[in-house]
Amino acid sequence: MPIWTLFGLNRGLATTSWAGKADAGVQPGVLGLPRYEPDRCDDGCHACADACLPGAITLAGGNLRLDYGKCIGCQLCTEVCPSQAMMKSNNWAFGVRDRSDLEWADALASAPAHQLKNGIRKHFRRSLHIRHVDAGSCNGCESELQALNNPFYNLHRLGIFFTPSPRFADLLLVTGSVTYAMRGPLLETWNAMPEPRWVMATGTCAVSGGVTAGGYSCGHGLEGVLPVDVWLPGCPPNPAAIIHALLLLLDRASQHVKEGRYAG
Amino acid sequence: MTGSVERMPERGMRGTVERIVWPHSVPQACEDLIHAGARLQMAYAWFPRPGQPPEVIYLADRAPHQPFELLRCSLTHEAQELPSMTPRIPLLGWYEREVHELCGIAFHGHPEPRPLVLHEGARPPLPPLDPRYQPTEMMPYTESPWDLPPLEGDDVQVLPFGPVRADVLESAQIVFYYVGEAILHCHPRLFFKHRGMEKRFEGLAPAMGALIAERISGIDSVAHTLAYCQAVEAACTCEVPVRALYLRSILAELERLYNHLYYLGHLCHTTTLKVGEAQGKLLAEQCKQINGSLTGSRFLRSLIAPGGLRRDLDVAELPAKLRALEPEIFRYMESLEQTNSHLDRLMTTGHLPQQIAFDQGATGPVKRASGIQHDLRVDHPYAAYDRLAFEIPVRTDGDAHARVQIRMEEIRNTLLLLFAAVDAIPDGPVRVECEPAPRAEGLGWCEGARGSTYYCIHIGQEGRLARVKVKSASFSNWRVFPFTVHDTNMMDYAINEASFGLTMAGCDR
Repeated sequence: MPIWTLFGLNRGLATTSWAGKADAGVQPGVLGLPRYEPDRCDDGCHACADACLPGAITLAGGNLRLDYGKCIGCQLCTEVCPSQAMMKSNNWAFGVRDRSDLEWADALASAPAHQLKNGIRKHFRRSLHIRHVDAGSCNGCESELQALNNPFYNLHRLGIFFTPSPRFADLLLVTGSVTYAMRGPLLETWNAMPEPRWVMATGTCAVSGGVTAGGYSCGHGLEGVLPVDVWLPGCPPNPAAIIHALLLLLDRASQHVKEGRYAG
Repeated sequence: MTGSVERMPERGMRGTVERIVWPHSVPQACEDLIHAGARLQMAYAWFPRPGQPPEVIYLADRAPHQPFELLRCSLTHEAQELPSMTPRIPLLGWYEREVHELCGIAFHGHPEPRPLVLHEGARPPLPPLDPRYQPTEMMPYTESPWDLPPLEGDDVQVLPFGPVRADVLESAQIVFYYVGEAILHCHPRLFFKHRGMEKRFEGLAPAMGALIAERISGIDSVAHTLAYCQAVEAACTCEVPVRALYLRSILAELERLYNHLYYLGHLCHTTTLKVGEAQGKLLAEQCKQINGSLTGSRFLRSLIAPGGLRRDLDVAELPAKLRALEPEIFRYMESLEQTNSHLDRLMTTGHLPQQIAFDQGATGPVKRASGIQHDLRVDHPYAAYDRLAFEIPVRTDGDAHARVQIRMEEIRNTLLLLFAAVDAIPDGPVRVECEPAPRAEGLGWCEGARGSTYYCIHIGQEGRLARVKVKSASFSNWRVFPFTVHDTNMMDYAINEASFGLTMAGCDR
């Protein structure tokens, strides 16, 4: 019979050395949400908006409006754009604290200092316990959340744990667009959590509903349902993007996206 | 045959031989199919024209390498009801309940007349799949008491487990009726995650529908998109280039590989074999990273489209990456098969007899572990599977261990298939135009990691999707699963559920 302890020791260290880094080398080849270069955009062309199923790219008065909170990273816009204004990119660490930072703003406002509402550092320093609720996802987000505890990502080393009981949870991590049947259980879970407590909307469905928004049985994600502290679009966001967003919540990583622009 | 008319195949749903039947002759037509050796696969309804009565469609698989059989039954305004076939063909039980709730057709004589897809308290003003139901209109819902099986006896306790369950799991509720450690009855309450995905296809151009299909069940993205695209291609009589067929098979096998490896790791979690869990999940992660570097998506999305693939893939480096992983995978599987504490928990657990598997509609590895030899890749080849030689493992034990062994064999076969496919893949284009044909219909299928996936698509007058029916593997296997839980014990439940390898998203849609 195999001695599994020996098996594990022989296998050696499998865990990646990075944590919270969000450059392309962390997930080789994995595509993120498309990059927008407005200077290259042909006026009057709306091929990308026509190809955008979830309505992340829309036209308003002849101007392109881009909302990464609705983007599912399907890459269709990058394929139909004739002038490479929409380009494939490896930018996937899209976690932000303000929902508005996912929307492209033509005129950049001066950056306000982002303070977490309750001063999370003061409360937690290094440890965080998460209660996950699936409010109607495709299971893609769950698959990547489950991956966080595999030896490669090894979330425990960062002091972050999933907990079965909402009573012990600091963070409510929600996936899915909030179906009519999951809205009640989701709010009950939230009400069972002790204060102070935080919420993270994980995946495009939880941010805006994505391709499942509306319809006879689905909501539009967490907007207007719960007070969200970190928004992370992506369909699904890869484990490194989720780690980045968790560390962003803990003030241990910096935000990459500002008013729709991604800066490494 | 009395009361039915055989229809010219080119006019009906492509990929099938179909018969038109009157409502009263549905039982006889089903009986004829059974006598011809066919197994019913699914039933659904759609509305050919807004405001007109619906049509109910039954799909059956008669024999390998034969076209699928289809029964088409038009209803009238006056009589929107049919005799329930569930007493004769139990696997139709959930399909009929779903058709009742989403399309408003009554099935008289149904043995389980309880809500299934739409929970108690959901009151849509019209059946949601009626074209007159506005796609953006949320249905009214008030939380209501559940319609659960009645309970007699003072010492029986009821435990509702979920919908928010321990760890990172999909939402579902399992209601146990139990005495001490013994489970008397298990009643899953599912469809908390019903997102109304079939309605979302309505009105889309067929090319866009692939994006929805990719998101029905995230970890079965390839199986769903492939079945969907094949249905569109069947409807539009579109010939996919050979290179794309090979690439599709490669993608489908890569999906099977990471799913099966994760399955082995998760099963170790339930038997508390910690190092085995870590190793299985690590191997699955390594496969997802191979997927990411090959296609840009860890879930192999954004590639398969009607007419072929959206872009070509360079698969030259794939065999070397898999070869590097192969010895580790084999050593891992051999170690699992020699670990008594692990095997003790699997053997005899969750026994599924062949007859129940067949009657209740089991599919995929679950079915093959209960002695039913059937795999769509061999019996009804698609993509490049008719150009590749491989074996289909079958076991007769029907327990959790047999289900594991089937998957281990499939991992070995999948690796062989991947090497063979990369060896044989020809150069050439990967996509052709796939012009939507107005009022055409098509059937597509795929054997995913969890079993058979079917898509039936109906294109409307304007060349846009009028109705897309999704039959996922987990919908079939969730129906079967409780039969292996009744009269077992609590300690085995988690192991048994893991051994089925179910998803909620695919089942609930």
